Amino acid sequence: MPETKPVLMQGNEACALGAISAGVRFYAGYPITPSTEIAEHMAEKLPDLGGVFIQMEDEIASMAAIIGASIGGMRTLTATSGPGFSLKQENIGYAIMAEIPCVVVNVQRMGPSTGVPTAPAQGDVMQARWGTHGDHPIIVFSPASVYETYYLTIAAVNLSQKLRQPVIILLDEVIGHMREKVLIPEAGKLLVEKASDLVPSDWKPYDEKGLTPLVPFGFGHYYHVTGLFHDQYGFPTGDPPQVERALDRLHHKLEKNRDEIILTNYIGHKEPRVAIVTYGCTVRSARAVVTKAYWQNRLPVGLLSLQTIWPFPAREIEALAKQVDVIIVPEMNMGQIVGEVERYARGQAEVIPLNRYDGEMINPDQIYEQMGRWLS
Amino acid sequence: MALIEHLTQEYLRTKKLPHIWCPGCGNGIVTAALIRAIERTGYDQRDVVIVSGIGCSSRAAGYLNFNTLHTTHGRALAFATGLKMARPELKLFVIMGDGDCSAIGGNHFIHAARRNIDLNAVIINNHIYGMTGGQHSPLTPTGMKATTAPRGTLERPFDLLVLARGAGATFAARGIAAQPRQLEQLIVRGATHKGFSVVEALSPCPIAYGRRNKLGGAVEMLRSMKDSSISVERAAETEDAELKDKTITGVIYSFDAPEYAEEYYRSISDNKG
Amino acid sequence: MENRQEILLTGAGGQGLILASIVLAEAAVNDNKNVVQTQSYGPEARGGASMAGVIIDIDTIEYPEVTRPAVLLCMNQASFNKYLPKIEPGCTVIVDSTFVSGPFHKDYKVQSFPITRMAKEKLGRDVVANMLALGVINAATGIVNRDIFRESIFKLAPRGSGELNQQAFDLGYHLYEEGPGQDVGISVQTPQ
Ligand code: SF4
Repeated sequence: MPETKPVLMQGNEACALGAISAGVRFYAGYPITPSTEIAEHMAEKLPDLGGVFIQMEDEIASMAAIIGASIGGMRTLTATSGPGFSLKQENIGYAIMAEIPCVVVNVQRMGPSTGVPTAPAQGDVMQARWGTHGDHPIIVFSPASVYETYYLTIAAVNLSQKLRQPVIILLDEVIGHMREKVLIPEAGKLLVEKASDLVPSDWKPYDEKGLTPLVPFGFGHYYHVTGLFHDQYGFPTGDPPQVERALDRLHHKLEKNRDEIILTNYIGHKEPRVAIVTYGCTVRSARAVVTKAYWQNRLPVGLLSLQTIWPFPAREIEALAKQVDVIIVPEMNMGQIVGEVERYARGQAEVIPLNRYDGEMINPDQIYEQMGRWLS
Repeated sequence: MALIEHLTQEYLRTKKLPHIWCPGCGNGIVTAALIRAIERTGYDQRDVVIVSGIGCSSRAAGYLNFNTLHTTHGRALAFATGLKMARPELKLFVIMGDGDCSAIGGNHFIHAARRNIDLNAVIINNHIYGMTGGQHSPLTPTGMKATTAPRGTLERPFDLLVLARGAGATFAARGIAAQPRQLEQLIVRGATHKGFSVVEALSPCPIAYGRRNKLGGAVEMLRSMKDSSISVERAAETEDAELKDKTITGVIYSFDAPEYAEEYYRSISDNKG
Repeated sequence: MENRQEILLTGAGGQGLILASIVLAEAAVNDNKNVVQTQSYGPEARGGASMAGVIIDIDTIEYPEVTRPAVLLCMNQASFNKYLPKIEPGCTVIVDSTFVSGPFHKDYKVQSFPITRMAKEKLGRDVVANMLALGVINAATGIVNRDIFRESIFKLAPRGSGELNQQAFDLGYHLYEEGPGQDVGISVQTPQ
């Protein structure tokens, strides 16, 4: 990948630039800390690219507007934080049901409710999974650095297009707000995957035979888009076998593309006894610990960081649990991902939560201390 | 006759019929007026998009043979705003019910009006939540009964078109299902108006509203709707006292103001140049 | 880890500390170092106090928060009172004597310079006090190559003010080289 000079960049800015590199030309949003810089960058950049920036009347409308624009054929993104993410849930469900691609960024802050608007927390992990009603599939990325924010935003846009599925980026306040040295590939050199423009005449929006690219409105395919269960042309149905098939369809498309969706990264000992599993900014603290413990002191430890948290990387956890005695799961909440880790560890390893929820990051010392207990 | 057949073939998804509406429901009349109005605008079928919210009337989208977008409750205008901004060349008709538009969708309604974005809102006002079985809406007249107002509602209703005006809409008209030709003309006028246009179509809901309020069946409701209406032109020559319980129909107001999508695209091309 | 250097810039809102932290971080990037810059947000950033951290390392920076600053800059009394107790002995503390009057505990290496006063007197603009402070810090620590630092300042300065900001930076060096004022531990305050 060709790389230009290193630059200093803020996480929220990297998200905006990643979106633009991936072809996003429509942004609708509502101001909310700590995500506002994303909107500000988009407001600055999109007009020059012929794109649309619109500040909507509320978070619900922002979500609705990006779905509308996606149906018009644009690549779209919106960004928010906890309270706004709660409001967006209604139409996130709509986009899932109607299979409309879009990307939703939630720069997490401490909740519940208004909480601490500027304090970091990872309390929205389960909300990202189950925030909208019904038995829906979802894709959620959790970047650990400014650079990861950039490339995971690109991945999110491309995946959402390919799978006609909303993708959520659960950014930590720490990552969104910090500036960091990054190497950004030269503009224009990135491969933006494009849904095929060539559509056969028998194109169906929800073809039973499999996923088809979305043909935007205005090209003579008079299909229907609805949040109701629908048939392959989009028309409402309540017929039980059709309903079941339609829900299976939504889930199968993720399962089929699992390898492309699930992104994880392991560093450390080949045969670890103690492993850390974490995501987002907490990866930074864990990496500081593992770097020291393994690279310097050769201790049998490792770190599995999850860039994708939903769908949950079950296989990766299963495999890890077979190798280690203990899995430590640090999170800036009261324990959310740890339940999933426990479920897929299937009793093969002891799963230890490490939680902090005072609006501060978990620091390396905390992890080191916990790890030390299991190594001695 | 030939025209009707043509319209049915072209613009109705005949396979999706029969519709779900109750016998005597005014939604069919308004939908038919909408189809004729679209035909009269001469728009290319490919450019027309029907957006709707949730409720009895919003089901109309499913029966119309265009690109149709049946959204979430109250949000139709917000979806439509995104689509219009992405594709300003498309002609969007946004069908909403009274509760859909003025209660849960009230915020989107006033802001679409404020932006004066070129969307054609057609609000089918039957004074009630029909799909859920007859609860009062912000357009239910004071004193009328609903399942959630068994003794008659104490709330005061919105005047939707006054609300639209206050919020900045540049065109507002009111028609009634009892006068479908006039309604058709009003929708055409709204569609050809550049900017946010509001057409309120009063429509009988004999099942969830008429019965509970002893307004009779569909025929009686249509008749009294007609009897109590007066055109804007006639109203202008009539004493205020006589207008007290009248429904004024026709184009209530229309004026020009910058249209949002056009202004936006102009501003970005100016900046570039 | 040993190469990790943490710099904490503190003071009041409006003193340009956030910008200073970004300039420092940018200069470090241009000097081929790894950098993380953070700053305080929220109500306290709206009201009075301002705080920014810069971490510079030749290795990868993992944990992004400042925990053991090597340098603490205090541009007002409130920040001095707040942050001094949090640092470890050995940290280089640089204070703006224009606003900070001590007390200077003997356990800490506190160096006091009339940063804002000099910016005003010598350059006629107290808004460049932040660049002057960076000059002092870099003179004291040599964290970033001086020429690269100057270039970065020029690039990031608002149009037309590049040279002025560079002069402020150089004046910071000058102040440092002259040695901390006789005002160490003494209250030398100019009225605000
Ligand atoms: S409930 Fe009322 S509005 Fe709904 S379909 Fe029946 S008559 Fe029409």
